[in-house]
Amino acid sequence: MKICVLVKEVPDAAVEKRMDSGSKRLDRSGERNLNPFDTHAIEAAMQIREGGGVDVDEIVAVTMGPESAFRALHKAVSLGADRSVHLTDDALAGSDVCATGYALAKVLESESPDLVLLGQQSDDGECYTIGAVVADHLKMPSLTQVIKIGVEGGKLRCERQAEYGYDTVDVELPAVISVGDAINEPRYPSLKAIMGAKKKQLDKRSTGDVGIEADRVGEQGSRTSVIAINPPPPKQAGEIIEDEDTNETVEKIVSWLEERKLLA
Amino acid sequence: MGVTPSDFPPPVESPEEFVKDSLDGEDERIDIGVAIVGGGTAGLACANRLLQLLADDPQTMEALGEVPVAIVEKAKTCGGHNLSGAVMRPGPLEELFPDVTREQWRQEGFAFGEVKKEAIYLLPNGKTKLRIPPPPPQHNKGNEVVSVAALCRYMQQQAEDAGAYLLTETAATQLIVQDGQVKGIRSGDKGRGKDGEPLGNFEPGTDIAAKATVLAEGCWGHLTGAAIRQFELGEDREPMVWELGVKEVWKVPKPLDRVIHTLAGWPLKISAKYHQIGGSWIYPMKDEKTGDDLVSIGFVIDLDYADATTSAHDLLQQFKTHPMVRDILEGGERVSWGAKAIPAGGYWAVPKLSMPGALIVGDAGGLVNLAALKGVHYAIKSGSLAAEQIYRSLKADSTDFSAYEEAVEESLIGKELYEQRNTRQPFQMGLIRGGPLVNLMIATKGRFPGGRWKLHRNDAQPMFIGKTKKGYPKPDGKYIFDKLSSVFISGNATRDDAPNHIRVQTNVPRELAETWQWMCPAGVYEIPDDAPDTGDVDVIVNYTNCIQCGAITAKGGRLTTPEGGDGPLYRNT
Amino acid sequence: MSILTYALHYEGEFNKNSLGAVSEGARLAKELGGEAGVVVVGGDDLTDKLCATLGKYGANKVYRGKAPEGLAQPVVDVMAKVISDNGFKYALFGGGLLGFEIGAGLTARLGAGVTMEVTAVKAQDGGLVAERPILQDSAIVDVGYVGEPGIIIGRLNAFDMAEAGDGTAEVVDVDVQLEDHSTKATMVQRGEQRGADVNIEDADILVAGGRGLGKPEGFEMCEQLADALGGVVAATRAVVDAGWYPYAAQIGQTGKTVAPKLYLAAGISGAIQHKVGMQSSENIVAINKDQNAPIFEFSDLGVVGDLNKIVPKLTEAIKAKKG
Repeated sequence: MKICVLVKEVPDAAVEKRMDSGSKRLDRSGERNLNPFDTHAIEAAMQIREGGGVDVDEIVAVTMGPESAFRALHKAVSLGADRSVHLTDDALAGSDVCATGYALAKVLESESPDLVLLGQQSDDGECYTIGAVVADHLKMPSLTQVIKIGVEGGKLRCERQAEYGYDTVDVELPAVISVGDAINEPRYPSLKAIMGAKKKQLDKRSTGDVGIEADRVGEQGSRTSVIAINPPPPKQAGEIIEDEDTNETVEKIVSWLEERKLLA
Repeated sequence: MGVTPSDFPPPVESPEEFVKDSLDGEDERIDIGVAIVGGGTAGLACANRLLQLLADDPQTMEALGEVPVAIVEKAKTCGGHNLSGAVMRPGPLEELFPDVTREQWRQEGFAFGEVKKEAIYLLPNGKTKLRIPPPPPQHNKGNEVVSVAALCRYMQQQAEDAGAYLLTETAATQLIVQDGQVKGIRSGDKGRGKDGEPLGNFEPGTDIAAKATVLAEGCWGHLTGAAIRQFELGEDREPMVWELGVKEVWKVPKPLDRVIHTLAGWPLKISAKYHQIGGSWIYPMKDEKTGDDLVSIGFVIDLDYADATTSAHDLLQQFKTHPMVRDILEGGERVSWGAKAIPAGGYWAVPKLSMPGALIVGDAGGLVNLAALKGVHYAIKSGSLAAEQIYRSLKADSTDFSAYEEAVEESLIGKELYEQRNTRQPFQMGLIRGGPLVNLMIATKGRFPGGRWKLHRNDAQPMFIGKTKKGYPKPDGKYIFDKLSSVFISGNATRDDAPNHIRVQTNVPRELAETWQWMCPAGVYEIPDDAPDTGDVDVIVNYTNCIQCGAITAKGGRLTTPEGGDGPLYRNT
Repeated sequence: MSILTYALHYEGEFNKNSLGAVSEGARLAKELGGEAGVVVVGGDDLTDKLCATLGKYGANKVYRGKAPEGLAQPVVDVMAKVISDNGFKYALFGGGLLGFEIGAGLTARLGAGVTMEVTAVKAQDGGLVAERPILQDSAIVDVGYVGEPGIIIGRLNAFDMAEAGDGTAEVVDVDVQLEDHSTKATMVQRGEQRGADVNIEDADILVAGGRGLGKPEGFEMCEQLADALGGVVAATRAVVDAGWYPYAAQIGQTGKTVAPKLYLAAGISGAIQHKVGMQSSENIVAINKDQNAPIFEFSDLGVVGDLNKIVPKLTEAIKAKKG
């Protein structure tokens, strides 16, 4: 089985996130890191390999991003991927969800994976469920928010967490599975693995290499545009009650809650 | 008659806990050429200089193996745990990167302008100021305002481009000493729980064997402390003492036109009983990348103080209420905050800087000139000198680096530190008695009254509960800030179930508990609300707030290395 | 300009989230002068009667497809067909797991623009603009669409249910050939409830306790209040560290982030590390004896007083009110 893990480089959680008022996009200067959700995906791939239920020939980390994204790939490799693929091209800058999903699908096509794993969302809050976009292009079954994966015969038995409860779904391979962070506790890379990551095979690909049509990606290929960035609506100043007569205070609180239909 | 912190030593066995006496087998360990512990300005200068020399000597480079130079850094990135004023003498950095101009420094984002004007003030009270002529060591014209957090990021990039291996998010927890030689270091474990128990994803540390180890851990070098004990590097020296600095960076509407320092005076207490020595800085920073006008402002206090309610963070907030400071910061926005301890012992407290198999550079070796408030250029210079010595020794197939000590002594570091060798000690007598002596020493470049003045340890000072806290202003969230919201913007993100890396006794006399509570800029130490007013009290240790400034080690506790990757993420401090 | 909304049904009912989306779709379609269509996909339990009730919320027409329920990809097939056959300009979803999966799949299928976690939609310049918060709700981005259709996926429960229209909608069956890959996932068990897990992130009402409770037993008071309100108990980092309450209930910088309809904080000072975890709550009520506590700066209703006196009485009063 060949597993491809889609990873993304995102601003480090500790870095103060701000919008660049000029480009109206997320200011991406400052520390970057491998998207924490993706570490769960890599761990899931490793557990499938180590579980012994199926032979995993390779785990390939794949990313689409600017030059600096190679660091995310190094991290993915130090966590266990065997090699990595970096799709990078100026033409891709400014791609929205639609364009990104298409580009990722094309680079994955060139790898012909049996299973694609990725994190549920990216820490920069830009997109959730890009796995579902990619899966439709690849014509593979897809599930998101998966918190348990079992391999049985050529199928995956997955449990996923929905807002109405837990579903158990069988999925035939090849498939695209997005994992939730509850699925596992990612391992820490050993120093040897970290130092060895630089030496593992890293293939760079441009849009031309994987057959991406230029007019379907980048800013021109995007189908949404940011019109404005506004501060949130100002919050009404809150009310303060000083408790003197507790019975009265409690009455006031109850009517306040009722007014807002919170006692339904 | 006062409670002395050293009477309540932290539960720590140094050097036994921190020295490992054998190397793991070849299969388990990693073998590298030169291990540099700490990716600050000194460690990175060493890495860069060494790789420059090796670039011209492929034979020696090859002899160092697959990984000739590796830097072990506990923060997420080099610079993440670095903080300083700073006004830097440009020489050593220009020497290290001769092809990079100062204009380029500014474009890279770590330098913020040449010092054109400066002023020193004594603040008699919270309203007025007295300008005083700058004492000779403090002339700053021609120097550059820099951010060490940003400078380290730049130097990290250069080192990586030159072939260094960067092991960030990696703590060095033990020094490996075999047959009287430093053979390398051991990295920290990851994935331990609150009580030290291994969690599901536990990953043990690894032995890193190196032909040469450079201890560049900065203030409170964890392994440096162990090395000093192990090899008796402090013999015949004065004990090291420290100062604690708390800093903020502000974005301001109108640019500041000069470098400002205040010496002693308000808001410190003059009474000798309080033993409060310190001062402040306010530096202009022009950010070439964004066009913003920034200001670096900080307050520094000698950790020799005796009033338990002395709080460097709150003194900084109080200092900001002075009209001189309001005038500079008003209408602005705080963008950064942080704190760090600085070695202040000077010449007589610098330990022996080498031992078989290793050497010490930068702040870890106490190479800081407090009278001039300078240490960054010494860190870079000593890192470069260390690299040159290692190169020479390796070529000669030797692990004896002792010639480095002479090199430091003969360089500008040794010369300048020698001149200021007795300027700290009289302050331990108090400002009024000590001040004039200090001035005499500065004016005569140490010749009068000469000799070697003794220092006493910071934790030997008996503490009492005094009145300094009465001056602290109340936080308003816009100009005056509390500790918790400050810790938040330092980018501190420590795992909730990480083990406790702070060693202190947790039931101590109130005077000591309050000392810690007030001293810590991050609010790590708390006394329960229902604790008695006198006698022994419990101490709550909120170690996940810790920004690793190191002050606790000076005043009765011990900071050991937390899990790699924890702690603040300073950007422009 | 016509809008097609997806409605999820479960155990014979359309959920609040879906009905909110249907209402919103109808409102927007009216503003744009178009039709409000609704797509439902499932089995025989999607009776004509059930589907027609969507008309109460403003649907003009209900397109019904037959396929296994609870899976996204068959719905993508159905919606793609309905959109291209009928020229719908926008597809609207009320969020929730399936809403996201279907919307994302449609993005690929139709080469469409998509905006996720939308909190509001407005008609502007003859089209729709979606508003979504970013950077921990510290800014709102207005997103427009290039070409058609445009896909809008709302935040869970972002849209309010509103009754409109005359009551019944036309129900039409959609004959769709499912894609091959849409048949490769099989539902084994749907919607299993696992009561043991306390999921504070999904709760509509949270009662959070902090150090101000004074002692771990203070949480009993919180639990009773939460019970009365029909909510769940949460805790600050400080008390979780001290062992007063489990980590699963922790809110804050390193704990979970929540945005319930009601967040009632008892004995919590409101330090920023906690604030970032709950600042998007719709209604924030704080009870604290310290009038200078930072939480009063961002609470909607602040009560300065002794929580040991107030909370038990509040619990009684609420129980009485609810009967």
